[in-house]
Amino acid sequence: MAVLLEVRNLKKYFKVGAAQLHAVDDINFVLDEGKTLGVVGESGCGKTTLGRVILHLLDLTDGQVIFEGKDCTSPTKKELIEMREDMQIIFQDPYSSLNPRMSVSETIMEPLILQGGMTKIEMRAETLHLMETVGLAQRFENSYPHELDGGRRQRIGIARALALKPKFIVCDEPVSALDVSIQAQIINLLLDLQEERGLAYMFVTHDLSVVKYISDDIMVMYLGQMVEKASSDELFAKPLHPYTKALLSAIPVPNIHNKKKRIIMQGEITSPINPRPGCRFMDRCQYVTPECSEPQVLEEPDSDHFVACCNFSKI
Amino acid sequence: MSAATETLPEIKKKQSRFSEIWRRLKKNKAAVVSLFVIAFIILVALFAPLIAPYGYDEVNYDKSFAPPSWENPLGCDKLGRDLLSRIIYGSRQSLQLGLVAVAISATIGIMIGAVAGYYGGWTDTLIMRALDIYQSIPMFLLCVTLAAILGPSLRNAILAIGISMIPGPARLMRASILTVRETEYVEAARAINAGTGRIIRKHIVPNAIAPMIVSITMSIGNSVLSGAGLSFIGLGAQPPIPEWGALINDARNIMREHGSLAMYPGLCVMITVLAFNLLGDGLRDALDPRLKN
Amino acid sequence: MADNILEIRDLVVEYRTDDAVIHAVNGINLTVQKGETIGLVGETGAGKTTIARSILRILQTPPAKFCGGTIMFEGQDIMAMTEQQMRKIRGDKIAMIFQDPMTALNPIERVGYQIAEAIGLHNKVTRAEAEMKACDMLEMVGIPADRYKEFPHQFSGGMKQRVVIAMALACNPILLLADEPTTALDVTIQAQVLEMMQNLKETLGTSVVMITHDLGVVADICNTVAVVYAGEIVERGTVEHIFDYPSHPYTIGLFNSLPKLDSTEARLKPITGLMPDPTNLPLGCKFYERCPEATDKCAEAPPEVTEVSPGHQVKCLLKGGSV
Repeated sequence: MAVLLEVRNLKKYFKVGAAQLHAVDDINFVLDEGKTLGVVGESGCGKTTLGRVILHLLDLTDGQVIFEGKDCTSPTKKELIEMREDMQIIFQDPYSSLNPRMSVSETIMEPLILQGGMTKIEMRAETLHLMETVGLAQRFENSYPHELDGGRRQRIGIARALALKPKFIVCDEPVSALDVSIQAQIINLLLDLQEERGLAYMFVTHDLSVVKYISDDIMVMYLGQMVEKASSDELFAKPLHPYTKALLSAIPVPNIHNKKKRIIMQGEITSPINPRPGCRFMDRCQYVTPECSEPQVLEEPDSDHFVACCNFSKI
Repeated sequence: MSAATETLPEIKKKQSRFSEIWRRLKKNKAAVVSLFVIAFIILVALFAPLIAPYGYDEVNYDKSFAPPSWENPLGCDKLGRDLLSRIIYGSRQSLQLGLVAVAISATIGIMIGAVAGYYGGWTDTLIMRALDIYQSIPMFLLCVTLAAILGPSLRNAILAIGISMIPGPARLMRASILTVRETEYVEAARAINAGTGRIIRKHIVPNAIAPMIVSITMSIGNSVLSGAGLSFIGLGAQPPIPEWGALINDARNIMREHGSLAMYPGLCVMITVLAFNLLGDGLRDALDPRLKN
Repeated sequence: MADNILEIRDLVVEYRTDDAVIHAVNGINLTVQKGETIGLVGETGAGKTTIARSILRILQTPPAKFCGGTIMFEGQDIMAMTEQQMRKIRGDKIAMIFQDPMTALNPIERVGYQIAEAIGLHNKVTRAEAEMKACDMLEMVGIPADRYKEFPHQFSGGMKQRVVIAMALACNPILLLADEPTTALDVTIQAQVLEMMQNLKETLGTSVVMITHDLGVVADICNTVAVVYAGEIVERGTVEHIFDYPSHPYTIGLFNSLPKLDSTEARLKPITGLMPDPTNLPLGCKFYERCPEATDKCAEAPPEVTEVSPGHQVKCLLKGGSV
């Protein structure tokens, strides 16, 4: 498989007064065409920022983004326009991500208008086709977002993202605002679209059961840093980082038998403002040793299984 | 796709946005009544020479302080001018005061607010601090001062009111833009390559304008009131122009004996201001598509 | 039964707007026993929150309207109580935890005082005693008592929810209504809060009505489960009944639409369609349109509740329910 997207040493710092908030700190990954990378972490770990930086919705502080072999780190205006036709985003909140004063068809048609080169009739035909693709009945063409439920709204957002025929879509928690039965419909839709169109996804979520289901690889983030990355099955079968272990054990499983032992972590996520050089998970980790205050190196104990913990082999 | 083009389903007739708003506005009885009252006042102002039984400066000393009669339904003033005719003509000046002054303040205010809200940073800080200083002077005092500097006339009163009301719409516009600017749909628009101009035109303004319309409607009433106030203290319309505030001013010294001379124009001011305020209130609900019913 | 502390019979609640009647709760029967934790599971708009708010009688009326049924709490009819009697029960005997801990606390009052105030409202205690108790409560939910004088904004989301829980439990309520208490929290924090609730429940013996959409949470802390759909309880039983022998097609559908950690299926099996419009509910079974097993008879009249095994009730025609 050809490499679609490569991210090298990506950093995004925000200025907070005189301090630096390390939202994304030195992230590396490679995503192949048609594959899904799951990005997991708790709120405030920088997973949403990461998606925005890759799409250039936020400027990056340092690092490189390489898309289809081309360096897209600091694109010109023209390059940016071309780039965005290949990279799109689906937002978490189907309520605030749609302009309340634009009808369903207006919203889906907007990217086509901006792209240009189509007649009005062609655009309308394409809009209807997109609506059909995402499972929206034609009768909703002139409805407004507030008249529709969350699932249908999320379908509008997906249609808008598909309009430019992208190769890569950042899915920023696309199902976490939806009910389980609707959530399953949307996940299946995303999987179908991936199959039909060979899309690559970066699937950002805090819901581990969803991410396992949809991803090929999973990256676990903690306070802006990648603490572990492996294939989906491997990560769930053999988590190495103590944070991943705790995270996996914390998922409430809808099963009343074989209850697994839960690792209850101490405390809560600390602040990403001017973090110390050592392991950022230190304060909540039960296996702390003096080496943890040193900067952590990303190791690769198994092929394609990365972990940033100096003690992973001992725990 | 070409095949699909031929068999394109018919476009359902879209309910226009205007009729949608009207449908919702209709549910608010007070707003509908106000709308009719305002329409009535505007018609009266437009056709004043046709409606008014006499000219506004037609003096008839025989009728000085004449009581209401068939010929003069509201009576006459000291110089025997027909009060009804004067009120009818006065609606022209009063409405002018309201509408033009608000147009001035809204145009300048919206521009200032939009610049501050969209660009942020230093521009924003500078503009906002300037407005703070501006607003530390009581509005009516500012009006009076400006009117006094410019010289008493209707045109200058309009200017004075317009200028003194700039901070309101400016602040509101800035706040609306700030809220809308941060929403995900603006981010989504950027992701599909919408330029700054289009984002402002299609995404920010339509969502930020509703509170503006409401506030503008309500400030028309306010500005009619200020105009009447300026005329009352002699800084607005000058005799013999029958602006409503000026009419009250005329009647000031004789209010005890001939109260009706002040009462009727006062009532007109009150009804006009109330109508604009109630209409603004109704628009607030009607303009928000998210509020059902 | 003698140890039923809450008994809801045929509760019907509607919301009335200018041009529609929203049928939020349509004849719910529910009992809660002492020390029991019952999970109310269902989708957004199923009427779960309306049920909880009805129990406390904190629904805005209008637009809400009680159209029938009784709610008996410790043998007294809540619907027949005066507002004054109700105020004595709220917060004292029945407490509620809301989904969003950010809005449940007064931002300009120190958290300790807020808890002490709740204690002082319902108990004849001195200021000092109330403060002592408040400190104990904070310690109990795992917050050091020296944070007594801090303001809500100094706490993180999980900590705030602990404060809310401390406040709710401060008067030793008999019944705790928890409306999605962990939905706004991260998984690791959710695990902490759930474990804490579980421990507290065991030590205090409080009955809990746990409103949630997360079957994982239910499996964790509930004894019995009621599955709510379109304002009706479609299935009710112990956790074993529901998780091992789910019987109503909706319950089965819910389980199938969950991504499972240990399965390798290529696709989820979602429930098709949407919940019916609560202003225009179907005549027969409310789940008819989405049900994979539906027959023509299902559309004709609403099914009765039947017991498929002792204590396991299902509202479905196909499971033996007569029309």
